Amino acid sequence: MRNLSTKWVLVGVGVVAVVLAGVVSRFASGSPDGLTKVSEDHGFAGTGRTHQGLFDGYGSLTGVIGVLVVLALAGGVTYLVRRRSRDERS
Amino acid sequence: MHVPDGFLDAPTSAATGVVAAAAIGVSLVKARKELDDRTAPMAGLVAAFIFAVQMLNFPVASGTSGHLLGGALAAVLVGPWTAVLCLSVVFLVQCLLFADGGITALGTNITLMGLTTVVVGWLVFKGLQLVLPKRLSLVPVQAGIGALVSVPVAALLFVALYAVGGTADIPLDNLATAMVGVHVLIGIGEGIITFLAVGAVLAVRPDLVYGARPVLARRELEIRTSTGAAA
Repeated sequence: MRNLSTKWVLVGVGVVAVVLAGVVSRFASGSPDGLTKVSEDHGFAGTGRTHQGLFDGYGSLTGVIGVLVVLALAGGVTYLVRRRSRDERS
Repeated sequence: MHVPDGFLDAPTSAATGVVAAAAIGVSLVKARKELDDRTAPMAGLVAAFIFAVQMLNFPVASGTSGHLLGGALAAVLVGPWTAVLCLSVVFLVQCLLFADGGITALGTNITLMGLTTVVVGWLVFKGLQLVLPKRLSLVPVQAGIGALVSVPVAALLFVALYAVGGTADIPLDNLATAMVGVHVLIGIGEGIITFLAVGAVLAVRPDLVYGARPVLARRELEIRTSTGAAA
């Protein structure tokens, strides 16, 4: 397993992310998360307001789309940051 | 721990928005030094991975769940400044595409779950690295402990923000006890996931783990010294 090429490590991380978002997410707990539960127990859940997102919550397909959008945005931002620093050095 | 609109008042939300924007601005500059041939290709994928794992709510107590926040994980894998950028993207996409976390609360969510977990996770990680033996096998453990600590600290910071600008009159000591209690449990999950993820990358390519570099550099130095002594 040692010294896997960088390409295969990246492919591995990407595949794991897509499988987690697309398949494993079906088995995620549907219970409210820590803050939501505390807000219900302490009577301030009602002060929260929801807005309309582009998607109607997390599903297998929308989850995978989310993974790809995050990859594109975060990859793009870090690419630009790096290109800018290279330009300045040269 | 995604805060919806309405939990905190407008001035508090605006203030955390300024904090988040400033942190992103500084990170855009500081990340230049972290982003090299090894971290740059990883950064986008680490963000995507954290987004995916954040979808996986695990049960922590009866009727309560939690999910990874990922600050310590991202910081150890790609460096703390790059981690702030990665997590900010995650929370932006969750807010706009999935209505997960409020729009006016975006700055709050980046500050609590991005900035705080990165800072606390990284400082605990580096502190442990300083006092413990420089062994590669300890890197995932140190990352996991940093991750564990970062979650209840973020929960406590939410309570502090609520004390300043909460929109309901809640006894703060009750709120603090409840928030820290449940987030210690979520933190244990955060620690385990961080331990496993850092350990997996470390097993195949230790040089791709940003936080392992001081240990690797030291090891190479020792090898060089010993060959030098033999020659």
